[in-house]
Amino acid sequence: MDFSLSEEQKLLKDSVNRFLEENYSIDLRKSMIDDRQTMSGPVWEGLAKLGLLGIPFPEKYGGFGGGGIETMLVMEAIGEHLVIEPYLSTVIIAGGLVNIGGADWQKQIILPGIVDGSMLLSFAHMEADSRFSLSDVRTTAKPDGGNWVLEGQKSMVLHGPVAEKLIVSARTEGDADDEQGVTLFIVECDDENLGGHEYPLFDGTRALDVQFNGVKVGPESVIGQLGKGMTLIEEAVDFALAAVCAEAVGVMNRTHQMTLEYLKTREQFGVPIARFQALQHRAVDMFIKVEQARSMAILASGSLEFDDPLERRRSLIAAKEYIGRVGREIGQEAIQLHGGMGMTQEMAVGHYFKRLEAIDLMFGDSAHQRARFAKLSDTAAPTEYVQPRKKWKQI
Amino acid sequence: MQIQFTDEDRKFQTDVRDFISKGLPKDVARKVLEHKSIEKKDIGRWHSALFKQGWVAPSWPVSLGGCHWTALQQHIFDEISSLLGAPRLSPFGINMIGPVLIEFGSDFQKDRFLPKILSGEEWWCQGYSEPGSGSDLASLRTQAELRGDIYIVNGQKTWTTQAQLADMMFCLVRTGREGKKQNGISMMLIDMHQPGVEVRPITTIDGGSEEINEVWLEDVKVPVENLVGEEGRGWTIAKFLLSHERTNTAGVGASKRELSRLKQIAAQERLGGRPLIEDPLFRDKISKVEIDLMALEWTVLRVAAVEAEGKAPGPEASILKLRGTEIQQELTRLQMEAVGPNALPYLPMSIEDNWIGPKVGPDYAAALASRYFNYRKVSIYGGTNEIQRNIISKRVLGL
Repeated sequence: MDFSLSEEQKLLKDSVNRFLEENYSIDLRKSMIDDRQTMSGPVWEGLAKLGLLGIPFPEKYGGFGGGGIETMLVMEAIGEHLVIEPYLSTVIIAGGLVNIGGADWQKQIILPGIVDGSMLLSFAHMEADSRFSLSDVRTTAKPDGGNWVLEGQKSMVLHGPVAEKLIVSARTEGDADDEQGVTLFIVECDDENLGGHEYPLFDGTRALDVQFNGVKVGPESVIGQLGKGMTLIEEAVDFALAAVCAEAVGVMNRTHQMTLEYLKTREQFGVPIARFQALQHRAVDMFIKVEQARSMAILASGSLEFDDPLERRRSLIAAKEYIGRVGREIGQEAIQLHGGMGMTQEMAVGHYFKRLEAIDLMFGDSAHQRARFAKLSDTAAPTEYVQPRKKWKQI
Repeated sequence: MQIQFTDEDRKFQTDVRDFISKGLPKDVARKVLEHKSIEKKDIGRWHSALFKQGWVAPSWPVSLGGCHWTALQQHIFDEISSLLGAPRLSPFGINMIGPVLIEFGSDFQKDRFLPKILSGEEWWCQGYSEPGSGSDLASLRTQAELRGDIYIVNGQKTWTTQAQLADMMFCLVRTGREGKKQNGISMMLIDMHQPGVEVRPITTIDGGSEEINEVWLEDVKVPVENLVGEEGRGWTIAKFLLSHERTNTAGVGASKRELSRLKQIAAQERLGGRPLIEDPLFRDKISKVEIDLMALEWTVLRVAAVEAEGKAPGPEASILKLRGTEIQQELTRLQMEAVGPNALPYLPMSIEDNWIGPKVGPDYAAALASRYFNYRKVSIYGGTNEIQRNIISKRVLGL
């Protein structure tokens, strides 16, 4: 085993961090949120110029041909700098769906557009009542001649307000919650039969609720096989889980660093409050959680290359569970250790805390992941060395 | 980055598993897996099997009879042997004084002591804590006075694990009173079988186990060749010892074994007519500790990989003892919770393997409360978890 980065990976890590250090600040983020923006043109362009928008895609489509670890490095930097750009929505999820499910000609049209920064896509999947279930899809697509007509609604499409196209999951067969019968479609956002409204999430990300009022799309807009969309969705969500785990580690690490800085500079009773053991131990416990979260994020990203699909799924679920759980604890502690200042919008720490809470609520929170983990784990324990219960004669 | 085991690692895993399945006495494994009490002779039989195989001392150099395994190989061995029910060898010789003598010992000390640690002929204990010196270890007062070529040692050690089984004790004593209190400390090797050494057992809250002792030293004679390193270097040596083999302190293998035991117990217990393990509330607790254990395991693997490159482990190494012990404690607590009121009956004798007297409740419940109470020790020994936090706060976070 080797957990060290290759020279190429180190360069990648340095370049993304340097770019964000120079071009992204908490003030820029705050002003974007105030202006109801969810991305900044120059930053996105800069990410494109560095080749970062093509990290997971094959070189033949203009990508970098990177694996889980390369994506991890970028996402961790995005977390460190609390970048609100649509990287997860466009590159990881929508780009991921096209990359794993699309026909070659679809990839040729879409992926180079993502890579050069000119095309933004979002994944419209969640519905009002689906909670964390991936297969609870009620939006329908009915055949109409050679075309398809979409009816229904989708909720909380991340970065939807800036997307030019949506990848939409719709039922072409079966009932809500059937694993089979879900198909993916590409829909243009300027379609006249598409209605909706946008709004912010508590972490500042902007989202979209959309209504499909008989949106008609051609057969060329289908991604992958008819009715087999769930396999693609699950795989893309696996990418997303690994990506948000890495992002969360960046967020946690910076949250912890800011807290240490605050403890060392804030004075009360005539000394820096870092001198108080009650606070030192809490800072240590935060550190322990950050380091273990880092281990789990590495596992999550590395597991994308595991041969055994069960082991891969189990690793991703465990990582997301752990990171959701300790992310919350780290965020809460950071606010508490910042005292009253932690409660203000002015300080960065609260924004980092809110991002950690938002990450927990994406793709299944920690309670949901624990339930999934339990189902996957070996409930049928071997009994070779447990003696059977017997009735005893004497008591 | 490569986070999967290599073919070489897998071959090593197979070799370890093959050897343990043959070499580990079945009755000893069963005792460990079923929480029966383990005797010195049980550990001795396993020690002998390992000795014949040349696998007693994973980290020692080959020239001194060790395996010189990488940290990752040591982790693999620890995990597989724990899962298969190998009892823990006495750590005081192999993992503690052995590496100290290899690093700081004289040729005489190496020749005299290392072979008998390897063979299992001599057992060791650790003379550190004193009644007035726990977390503030450097305040220790046991005194050694040089008379000719013999030190005369007077004082009292406490919490001495396995003193009742030990032939030798490595002991921190005060040889100087000048300057910083750390500077007056020396390490010496004391023969436990001599007049003036008195071992008095301390009964712990779990009641039945014989583990820790007071060791009273009255005019005990220690030849000067049993001084390790130089006078006044004891503190440096003790710190070396604490930092040695940190990956082992996590106890991942043993915790995996106990997690599996927890699931087995929960599969046999009934709640509302169904196996307890199917209860979502209890299942959630198992999942949480299982995922915590995964997070620790991957942190151990990160540390082991760094050590394998010959580099000093990073700050992540310091968290292993803390989290390892917290997880061990949580597992004993959940096992007890799993059996409900059947944890209440207290019959220490019933965990003896040959016990034929009365029992109450299922066999698997008999040891659980004792183990739970006993395991409160793990966050106290080896530097309390609060001291560990102080160390991380100072050394790693710079607070």
